Amino acid sequence: MVEHGDIRVVHRGGSKINFREPVITHDSRYLLCASGECVKVFSTSTEECIHDLRGHTGLVTGVLLKPSNHLQVYSCSADGTVRLWDYTDGILIKTYVIGCPVYSICASANHEGVIFIVTPMLSDKRSDLFQLVAVDLPQSGDQLVEARELSAVLSDVSSNPAAIVFGRGGEYIASANGLHLEVYFFKKQKSYRFSLKEDNKKGGKNTVTCVACHPKDDCIATGHEDGKIRLWRNFNHKKEYTYSTLHWHHSAVSSLCFTPEGTNLLSGGMESVLVQWRYNQESERDFLPRLGSAITHITVSPDGALFCTSHSDNKITIIQSCVKVSAVIQGLVKGESVRTDMMVDPRSKSLVLNGKPGHLQFYSLPRDKLLYNLDIVQQEYIHESGLEQFEVVKAAFDASGSWLATVEERKQKDAELELNLKLWAFDEQTQSFVLNTTISAPHEARITAMCFCHATDSQTTMLVSTSKDGHFKAWQLGAPAHTEADEGPSWSCDFVGAYHGLVPECCCFSADGSLLAVSFQEVVTVWSPASWELLTTLSQPPKAVRDLCFGRLSCSKYLLGTTANNLLCCWNLLTCSLEWSTSMDISLLLADPLTENMAAFCCQAGSTDLFVFKPSEPRPVFSQKAVCSGKVTRAVFAPREEMLESCEESSQWLNHSQLYFLTPYMDLMTFTTKAEEDRLMASSKQLVIDDSVAMTPFYLLLGKHRQQEDADPLSGLSAERRPLPQCSVAIKELLQTPAHVLPSTSFLCSMFVQSLLISVTNGREETKHVEEEMESEKEEEDSEGEMESSTQRPEQASLGGQAAPALTKAQLRELKRVKKLDHSWFPGLLHS
Amino acid sequence: MASFKPTKVQVYPKLGEKVTQDTLYWKNYKAPVQIKEFGAITNIDFSPVAPHNFAVTAFTRIHIYGPFSQEPVKTFTRFKDTAYCGRFRSDGQLLVAGCEDSVVRLFDVSGKVALRMFKGHTKAVHITDFTSDRYQILTGSDDYTCRLWDIPNATELNTYQEHTDYIRCGVTSKLNRDLFITGSYDHTLKLFDARADKSVMTMDHGQPVESLLLYPSEGLLVSAGGRHVKVWDLLKGGQPLVSLKNHHKTVTCLCLSSSGHRLLSASLDRHVKVYNTTNYKVVHNFDYAASILSLALAPDDESIVVGMTNSILSIKHRKSLDESKEISGQQRRQPSYRVFVKGKNYVPKQDDYLVSKPVKQHLAKYDKQLKKFNVSKALDTALETWTRLRKPEITVAVIKELDRRGTLKNALAGRDEQGLARLLNFLIGNVVDPRFAPVLVTAAEMILDIYQSVIGQSSVVDRQLLRLQELLEREIDYQQDLLEVLGMLDTMFASSLPRKEVPCPGTQTTDITKQTFWYRF
Repeated sequence: MVEHGDIRVVHRGGSKINFREPVITHDSRYLLCASGECVKVFSTSTEECIHDLRGHTGLVTGVLLKPSNHLQVYSCSADGTVRLWDYTDGILIKTYVIGCPVYSICASANHEGVIFIVTPMLSDKRSDLFQLVAVDLPQSGDQLVEARELSAVLSDVSSNPAAIVFGRGGEYIASANGLHLEVYFFKKQKSYRFSLKEDNKKGGKNTVTCVACHPKDDCIATGHEDGKIRLWRNFNHKKEYTYSTLHWHHSAVSSLCFTPEGTNLLSGGMESVLVQWRYNQESERDFLPRLGSAITHITVSPDGALFCTSHSDNKITIIQSCVKVSAVIQGLVKGESVRTDMMVDPRSKSLVLNGKPGHLQFYSLPRDKLLYNLDIVQQEYIHESGLEQFEVVKAAFDASGSWLATVEERKQKDAELELNLKLWAFDEQTQSFVLNTTISAPHEARITAMCFCHATDSQTTMLVSTSKDGHFKAWQLGAPAHTEADEGPSWSCDFVGAYHGLVPECCCFSADGSLLAVSFQEVVTVWSPASWELLTTLSQPPKAVRDLCFGRLSCSKYLLGTTANNLLCCWNLLTCSLEWSTSMDISLLLADPLTENMAAFCCQAGSTDLFVFKPSEPRPVFSQKAVCSGKVTRAVFAPREEMLESCEESSQWLNHSQLYFLTPYMDLMTFTTKAEEDRLMASSKQLVIDDSVAMTPFYLLLGKHRQQEDADPLSGLSAERRPLPQCSVAIKELLQTPAHVLPSTSFLCSMFVQSLLISVTNGREETKHVEEEMESEKEEEDSEGEMESSTQRPEQASLGGQAAPALTKAQLRELKRVKKLDHSWFPGLLHS
Repeated sequence: MASFKPTKVQVYPKLGEKVTQDTLYWKNYKAPVQIKEFGAITNIDFSPVAPHNFAVTAFTRIHIYGPFSQEPVKTFTRFKDTAYCGRFRSDGQLLVAGCEDSVVRLFDVSGKVALRMFKGHTKAVHITDFTSDRYQILTGSDDYTCRLWDIPNATELNTYQEHTDYIRCGVTSKLNRDLFITGSYDHTLKLFDARADKSVMTMDHGQPVESLLLYPSEGLLVSAGGRHVKVWDLLKGGQPLVSLKNHHKTVTCLCLSSSGHRLLSASLDRHVKVYNTTNYKVVHNFDYAASILSLALAPDDESIVVGMTNSILSIKHRKSLDESKEISGQQRRQPSYRVFVKGKNYVPKQDDYLVSKPVKQHLAKYDKQLKKFNVSKALDTALETWTRLRKPEITVAVIKELDRRGTLKNALAGRDEQGLARLLNFLIGNVVDPRFAPVLVTAAEMILDIYQSVIGQSSVVDRQLLRLQELLEREIDYQQDLLEVLGMLDTMFASSLPRKEVPCPGTQTTDITKQTFWYRF
């Protein structure tokens, strides 16, 4: 075997951002949320991810602003540490080692230097009992501090972070577990425990799901499994406590939150409606319906202006005072399972798979960002558990990405299967897919496979679908049937094929579209799509064929199939005979569309191995044992935007496209080479130069401009009156100078870019290191100014460019700070 | 925050005929004017000159109607027995008619008494016509002869005795004064030349010939007899061109539209079929109440006149241009258009600040109620009379949506007798429709489950349930029959397919759609 030390399996994006309650910072500009093993810092206005606070080695289980310093944040993790970060710069300040997994964290301004964490009971090893522990954080200057001074506050608490909350001014702490509510008063050092019956009279479940405390009043709100909210008062007595009940939700309340002034109570649950109750006037409610999917957490910013809800489909919504959704941060939507295959959209090169119920999501892999959701089902989604909904089960793109075929199905108990085949055309104008044809009930039973003819030169597009009803159908785009129809062409059935009443399982077109292979249990039939003639049958009894794949390019004479009795067969289509076969338990076989390579995920002893091979060669190109645990059933080759130039034999298969796969736990993984990783690291370092949030170049250009307008109303007025280009003398001059007098465009461009990178207007903070640099910069600036008026002296500008690479690391840091200054030259340019 | 997605009303492929230019043209007639005559109407002939009166021969009378009159403008009653074949001369001045009493009478259109009487035939004369020189008359009779008469001195010019059975149709050439064609019950068509003593061409139709028609160019001849309509090419010596068999009873009359592009045939099977004369495909079809004996089209197709065996004359006039426009105009409500368009076409000036207003989503009434989760009300709205009768697909879509939401049972339950009767009425009307059956069967099952306990309390509901049961039993029988036919077809296909070396590829789907059975009732 070849040594493959340089190819690694890496986790690629799409981690959960709705796992724990997000935190809004005091100035409402950032949103922090736990995401896998890191904490992500988002901007609330631009939705951009600004930092990843990386350092934890386990799942991050809680994020909390430090009560005494609003610019620092605690995060706790299952790796047994609590870390303190500066989120504006993304720097780790301190690490407190607790020693056992931490499940949630809370703190109050009243308890300086103490944090409260939930850990498993130390006494016994049973993992289902948890305790609330106060940790005294030692004051020391070290980065890594051991915090071993633990004192138990409450035992038998819930590990759910929503079930423990501090009361008014940190005087008491309320914790709910199951049917009990426990309130601990710090002054009296005494706890009160209130219990509910398991079921109330109407059969509703009383289990507490979440707790919230009023910030100004002695009132605790609890949310229950049956959708009720109870408001507890007088709980500092054992017997005379009272509660009132609010009921709107029809299923469990998953999150409760009081606004900072305590005027409103927010609640949310499965219905995906944010409900705002007036405190003390509970009959008055406001609703914000149709937020997309079930609400899991609600947070309010400290000034009460922003609400923030996280949803079960890996989404965070930012709402301005319960009226308007102002921003949506959407991660890769993960359902319980991906029923469509993973695909790559040939146009946008984005990953396409099931998203929200009834939608397909288009996910940009390089940017780790959801591009958009395509609504396939186009029906109002009813948020109710136990309801059978339409699900997108199959999807396919044609070679150019101009057609998308989707199959949605809904199976109700004792009712017929409802199937819809939809064909979507790509609309150039709106740059999205538009529904072209809906075929209801295309088959009488479930559709097992679907594929487009991938030949690029054929005039007509063809789609083949196979179904459990024993037929496969070919669909073709036809001209409008009769003259009076004003709509364009639509799809219709071209051919219905069957083979001895057997059930077809999978189908595959050859690369040139001249052959169609359909497997009927253990028989593979090869058809000619031009004449619909059965050309030949291939079979490898005794077990059914699971996967079919034609070879590409030089291997196009081969047809590969895997069978249920762990065989990988390769047939030669020229001789119609079996070329070779090998015994492997292959769970997934797929072909790289750009090369001859094929990837086979092979399940062995609880973990999955990967083999990459060419059908014509006996030796695999690459193989890796134990790629991940469990069975891999979804994977895709995503073409690279630019080819890699790796010459090493083992990594050559990654040159044209990248292999992504989904683990059984729905993590998106990929294979990278060392060189690629290095390059990525370098580029990410360059990106981090501008660390002032929301100061995007757009802001600098437009925001500054706007500020100046505001400051100077007169000039602002005049600017409004006159169209922009006329008032800018420099641009006008630049535009009116004859082209032959101007220096070359590439020269102008490089100067423009350099002025963007390093600019000087205020030399106040400059240290001596940079001063020589500054000199040259100034010269450059001068030259630019002169250039624009007279377009002379092109020689000097290269100075800055030559000097820049000679910077040391310290200088780089300084430069970073310099970068923080403004791009004020441009608005200035606009006004000159 | 997404907006509410309205209920999807499925678009079903339209059943019935497709809308073509021809259907638009031939549908553009007013409701027919019906006039009762004294007996079966055997012939209708339009005057070739304006105002295009037409002569209707029925029993012992010939009535002449004006183009828009419903009363005859003139009547000829001087027949001893049943009159036949009242035809106008090309100048519209004279009218000739045969009679059961073998006498042929010639009338002045403005007069009353016959100008001339042509006696010579020994049996009833069924066919009379003027030759193109306007001075001679052709007659054909049940005595197997056809004769030429001179009008001025009322003498017989020639007799042709070649047919061996009754002569029941005949036509003279409009271009040549000497040529005429007769058709007889001896299955033959004969072309005669007055200058010769014998027929010059004989064609065999195969059935007793009932009607003949010459194309304006006179190159083609159309004959009708039995269930067949045949087209002959006279210039190729009477070569048969096409044989059409679209009627299922004897074709009695033929007619050409004024443009010459459409051929009409009327039959005893109560249909008038319109053929395209280039490909001889049926492009339109009229239905009438009784067997049709005669048919005529006014010049420019201004009206279609049809005479039937039950002595009813049906006249359909073409809709005038503004009338047909009026109907489309009625659909658009007049004053609101200006309200809608108000301010829409205002172009913002340079300094204007444009405030964009969110487009208000318009929801149907049932959607508004679904949005509020008022499921019973939504179903009530969808069951309103107009929707239920005109757009059953909307009602079905709402039922389907309720089923998807899992609230169909709630929506169906709790109805009084009237509400339930309305629901059952809808089911009876639509449950056997294959487009709606899958949805409505579930609804019907739910209704039975819910209202099981109240069966027997209301006679209205009970009667409807019985009707529903009857309907379903009949439908099951139909389905069984269909499956049997399908089975027969399958065996036929299987036996007729040639045996190949390669295992046979899948059979093409047959047109008959398989439908599911419901045995629950």
